[in-house]
Amino acid sequence: MLAALLVTPFAGLAVLSFWTQHNFDFDSAATFNNYAKIFALGWKEDVELFAFRIDWPFTNAIYTLLLAKSVLMSLCVTATVILFAYPMAYFLAFRVQRHKIIWLILISIPFWTSYLLRIFSWKVILGYNGVVNSALMYLGLIDEPLSFILYNSTSVVITLTHAWVTFAVLPIYVSLEKMDKSLLEAATDLGDTAIERFFRVTLPLSAPGTVAAALLVFIPTVGEYVTPNVVGGTSGIMVGNLIQSLFGKSNDWPLGAALSNVMMFTVALLVAFFLWAIGYRRMRQRMA
Amino acid sequence: MKPRSPVSLLLIYACVFVFVIYAPSLLMVIFSFNDNIYTTFPLKGFTLNWYWQMVNQGQLLESLGHSLKVGVVVAILSTVIALVAAMALTRYRFSGKGPITVTSLIPLVVPYITLGLGLLILVRQVLDWKLSLFSIGAGHVLIATPFSMLVLMSRLEGFDKNLEEASRDLGENGWHTFWRVTLPLAWPGIVASLMLAFITSFDEYLISAFLSGNDTTLPVYIYSQLRFPQRLPATLALGSAILIFSFAFVLTAQMFLRRGVQGGKASAL
Repeated sequence: MLAALLVTPFAGLAVLSFWTQHNFDFDSAATFNNYAKIFALGWKEDVELFAFRIDWPFTNAIYTLLLAKSVLMSLCVTATVILFAYPMAYFLAFRVQRHKIIWLILISIPFWTSYLLRIFSWKVILGYNGVVNSALMYLGLIDEPLSFILYNSTSVVITLTHAWVTFAVLPIYVSLEKMDKSLLEAATDLGDTAIERFFRVTLPLSAPGTVAAALLVFIPTVGEYVTPNVVGGTSGIMVGNLIQSLFGKSNDWPLGAALSNVMMFTVALLVAFFLWAIGYRRMRQRMA
Repeated sequence: MKPRSPVSLLLIYACVFVFVIYAPSLLMVIFSFNDNIYTTFPLKGFTLNWYWQMVNQGQLLESLGHSLKVGVVVAILSTVIALVAAMALTRYRFSGKGPITVTSLIPLVVPYITLGLGLLILVRQVLDWKLSLFSIGAGHVLIATPFSMLVLMSRLEGFDKNLEEASRDLGENGWHTFWRVTLPLAWPGIVASLMLAFITSFDEYLISAFLSGNDTTLPVYIYSQLRFPQRLPATLALGSAILIFSFAFVLTAQMFLRRGVQGGKASAL
């Protein structure tokens, strides 16, 4: 039942993406036009992707370009999140002896508090009249507001990293916690230094949890809508915002559905490739 | 060799980490008491004005009421669904168990925007319902159930199955065993699941935004307020109030969860 409930929305999206919008009605004759529109070939010259100016092979560049940008931003967020979350998880798993519950609760509370409000609190911090700029100016450290944290892709990446970093701690922590500690002693006995031991024993053994954490962050952030809308301004928008506007203002539901499917498919493909590239299956078998 | 130094370094890192995680929320609370329409330093003075403004907005209270109503219904529904599913998945062996478990946890990893759109199409095109609190609730049940399932599955796996078998051996039928053994043992998990499902629904924005008709929930209302700079302080006040409320709420839920199974949610994730 539950499974059926879950499958129908996706089936709906899939079917709708082959229709055409006529003002307020749909033409339900199956067509590939929506996908053709997204992937229409033809060089679009000198478009901007992050700081780079490149030539893009699709004429209607906005769809694919925004998708590529979202994926890159998401990768950025994921990498930063793992970088920050790993030491925290390591600390929880190996260094905390007493009051572990308190640490765990502290880490998991943000997980259950309003995502919207946590994003919103960043609007207060960043921005022209934000806390950071006004504090720095008040202290006399800067004369003009810092511009790199004003409504753009950077502020979206910062905010997303902050919002998702606690999500990543728990899976990494669990895989570190499950690790057989005697392996560490064995490595030390065999003459490994602490750093060698970390890279040759701890890191490989915690890889499944780390990979899970990375996916847990990467997959939802590609389609992120709220954050770019609140702190991203016009230059920070992501593909989620475009999809939403196709369902809203631009009123082209089928095209929106098609774009949403393209996004899902791209994410699935990237994830599958990533898992294949690092040999995740083998990794899990070895763990079991 | 200094064997102790990494310990303290990591401890410092952990403290900074936790501080940074909470800092934005703290700032929001601080500025909600600040007597200035802009969120800038230096702080001006203490005021409760914004809170006063907040309680005097009729629409706000109305949407708060909607959120509470939807949240309670969603909490009960998704906990019941999740309990049945969790019992099936932890107590019985059947074919297709793996795929079903994976499928029912899908909402955890699918972008909410896709889920919201899919539901919108389902509701408008396939079922042809009107958008209402009912459609929002249905959407929320869908996303809250996986969380409830994780909590309940870890709870049900945590206690001794022999207790149920013993009850059956002593002549209780299935229902009695459920009422007198399974349910009391699963109780902390059920309470935690109710609370977590409630908070999931209470805080959810994107799906509510897609599925709401004339009646909105609180997050949708807050979002609509973000466009008006002059209402920012009142929104800050509202946000702080909700954050403090959520903190207290989740802390209680966590206590319940941990009382039985140690590290229940952590191991479920």
